Amino acid sequence: MPVQEIIQRCEELFEDLSFSSVRAWKEAEPGRKVVGYMPIYVPLEIIHAAGMLPLGILGGGDALEVIHGDAYYQSYICRIPRSTVELGVTKRLDFVDGMLFPSICDVIRNLSGIWKLMFPDVYTRYFDTPQNFRSDIGGEFYVNDLRELVSGLENLGGRKISDDDLRASIEVYNESRRWVRKVYQFRSEQPWKVPASEVYLLMRAGQTLPVEDHTQMMKDYLAAVENEDRRMKDNCRVIVNGSFCEQPPLGLIKSIELAGCYIVDDDYMMINRLITEDVESEGDHLLNLSEAFIKHSMAFPSKFEPNGEVQGHYLADIVKQRGAEGVIFAAPSFCDPALLDQPMLANVLDERKIPYIAFQFAENSGQMQPIREQAGTFADSIKLWSAA
Amino acid sequence: MNTETKPDVVKDASMLKQKEMIAGNFDKLTDAKELGLKISSTFVPGNLNELLMCFGIVNNLPEINALNNAMRKQSGPMIQDAEKMGHSEDVCTYVKADIGMMSRGNIAPNGKPMPDPDVLLLSYTGCYTFLKWFELLREQYKCPTVMLHVPYQGDGKAEITQNMRDYVIKQLKEEVIPTLEQVSGVKFDIDRLRENLKNSAKAEDDLVWVLESAKNKPSPIDAYFGGVYYIGPIFTAFRGTEDAVEYYRLLKGEIAERIKQGLGPVTPEGEVFEEKYRLVVEGPPNWTNFREFWKMFYEDGAVVVASTYSKVGGVYDYDGFRHDPDHPLESLADYCLGCYTNRNLPERTQMLVDYMEDYQADGLLVNSIKSCNSFSAGQLLMLREVEARTGKPGAFIETDLVDPRYFSPANIKNRLESYFQMIEQKRQSGAVAA
Ligand code: SF4
Ligand code: SF4
Repeated sequence: MPVQEIIQRCEELFEDLSFSSVRAWKEAEPGRKVVGYMPIYVPLEIIHAAGMLPLGILGGGDALEVIHGDAYYQSYICRIPRSTVELGVTKRLDFVDGMLFPSICDVIRNLSGIWKLMFPDVYTRYFDTPQNFRSDIGGEFYVNDLRELVSGLENLGGRKISDDDLRASIEVYNESRRWVRKVYQFRSEQPWKVPASEVYLLMRAGQTLPVEDHTQMMKDYLAAVENEDRRMKDNCRVIVNGSFCEQPPLGLIKSIELAGCYIVDDDYMMINRLITEDVESEGDHLLNLSEAFIKHSMAFPSKFEPNGEVQGHYLADIVKQRGAEGVIFAAPSFCDPALLDQPMLANVLDERKIPYIAFQFAENSGQMQPIREQAGTFADSIKLWSAA
Repeated sequence: MNTETKPDVVKDASMLKQKEMIAGNFDKLTDAKELGLKISSTFVPGNLNELLMCFGIVNNLPEINALNNAMRKQSGPMIQDAEKMGHSEDVCTYVKADIGMMSRGNIAPNGKPMPDPDVLLLSYTGCYTFLKWFELLREQYKCPTVMLHVPYQGDGKAEITQNMRDYVIKQLKEEVIPTLEQVSGVKFDIDRLRENLKNSAKAEDDLVWVLESAKNKPSPIDAYFGGVYYIGPIFTAFRGTEDAVEYYRLLKGEIAERIKQGLGPVTPEGEVFEEKYRLVVEGPPNWTNFREFWKMFYEDGAVVVASTYSKVGGVYDYDGFRHDPDHPLESLADYCLGCYTNRNLPERTQMLVDYMEDYQADGLLVNSIKSCNSFSAGQLLMLREVEARTGKPGAFIETDLVDPRYFSPANIKNRLESYFQMIEQKRQSGAVAA
């Protein structure tokens, strides 16, 4: 399948705010259920093992007109909760049987309560991940937490989730994550072949498609881009940081590229790759999922860093690992986790003499010209630096 | 007229006692090195004062420093300093006020510099910002930092699960206590903790009595502005002390006397009060213009009969929680888990509805704080729900805790006055209908 076709499919999924592909999946067989989740992370394996389709809800983007949502949120709160409420109020999510709100910030946390009040018939769960990373403390809490999720989904689906179901789902997601890593690795090696906007759309498609279809799509994409004749440009290599929850408009990602930057890593759609190694598929599955989170999950701003010595190092480490030349901090306005993390990350970048710029966005930001100019100047200065 | 510089008209014994306690604690903090004491920084919600006392560690609460600076009109420049240092305009101003205070030498209200903490006890209760705040402080102080992750009560059934409780207890036993032992060099003595908890429970009984006195008509207290003073000792460095027991005993006696005499609340301008409107308030107060803000209420005869802010450092009235010397660690866990902002929105909403009814309030006022997603995200829906369930009118105003740029007196005053008129009209139409 040609790249064009794959990306077009991804674009259709991305633009479809009624989620018709997910509706079609649900209608294809009686009794099917859909469970929505918000960023950053929930264990999709368990939803999958329950025979349900996980659906990533990432706000309304720049195409959704928010009419009702503003009546729920003050002007100084980021935009994703209001557009998510808008999706709910306008019945665009009326087919969603369950919603999971991960422990990422107070806004998403409180949105779980809003959802309970507004949609009492939906199975709504605030999903906690541990901030203590000892297996016998945080791990044990998390295993029990996962057990509660399992039994909640069993009730919702009216059937037991067996060990075999869990094992199969863990394997399916292990494969998915391997391909996600391959895409990121490939982009880092040959960014001219895989533009960030395409990687973005490809990863975003994973929020709506069944995981098996998405894995196939990634395979097809990587096979297809190999054959594309895309020339290397004199762009600089940057990492984008801060966009792990509310998503920038696609135009923003394109603007960064058009300004002369190859995005060689990012924190969009962390859920696809937050777990960095295969989850063990033999033994106690919930324990394995817990251990994977505790021992092999990426750093992100809402996760406590117990070791002060390495506080804020993770971004500079990614810069090194990807051979990047600079960082673009692009955080949503009013995003406490991203904006409070930024100074600590910037301190380490300063220490290691890694250049960076920062701007804020909202999912419906319209004006890309200033961002393009800022990113362009940044790219030029990096080129000058490296030439010097 | 500048009410900020006006001396307090009424000085009850409890007030003098509290003043003395606070001054004593600041002296202890600033002289800690000479006195050979260790200092812990920790947050108000989920603070473990009784436990810290077991190790002779003095408790420094950065939110209290920030609000003190705000009341003394010093927080604005501190926040701007932090913004110049690269902190975003969009984030919680408590954090920035604290960072700005540090850059200006960390001067305590007694004029002496506050020594660096020996340990950061990150009681992660009810607010995500706490996590980032202490990561930022750890960068500066480079001292041991111990995280106590208190899971959020997300499931909407007003229920603390055994899993949550066990998790907190385990962290206390295996992370918090060993770290505090190491920092202080003092061995943990559970009997000492029990003694402290006994004191806590006594003070808590009296505090609840005081808060519930607002069910009287007229209410002898203001449970928001006045409430800030009443919760002061129990929310900060004094829960578990004999001093706090004594303070609440005195306070209870004074309030009992006011009830007997049919008096309203004490205000900064004395007994000028006539109760016209009884309000429940959701959200923290503004500190930069605290007295000016309060005056907008008592001038018009509005008294706050119940508030949720006075539950942020522990909910003692609503479901009867007390620290329990017979179950020391369990009760510390339940205390942390039960703090107001650790409860989910449906529970918070129901709590407001119940307060409206139990305290026979005329309406609900939300003071929405720009800084504080923990409180603010969801308040508009809460307001509508409470209005719908109680049939009483609500109002919404917006301020900030410690950033003076977000306090607009004329707007707030207008909004409050029209709200009071609305209550009046509703009353009259109710009377006509009856
Ligand atoms: S954008 Fe930031 S503040 Fe807003 S919901 Fe997401 S993580 Fe929370
Ligand atoms: S967000 Fe709210 S609760 Fe959290 S530190 Fe700031 S003011 Fe306090």
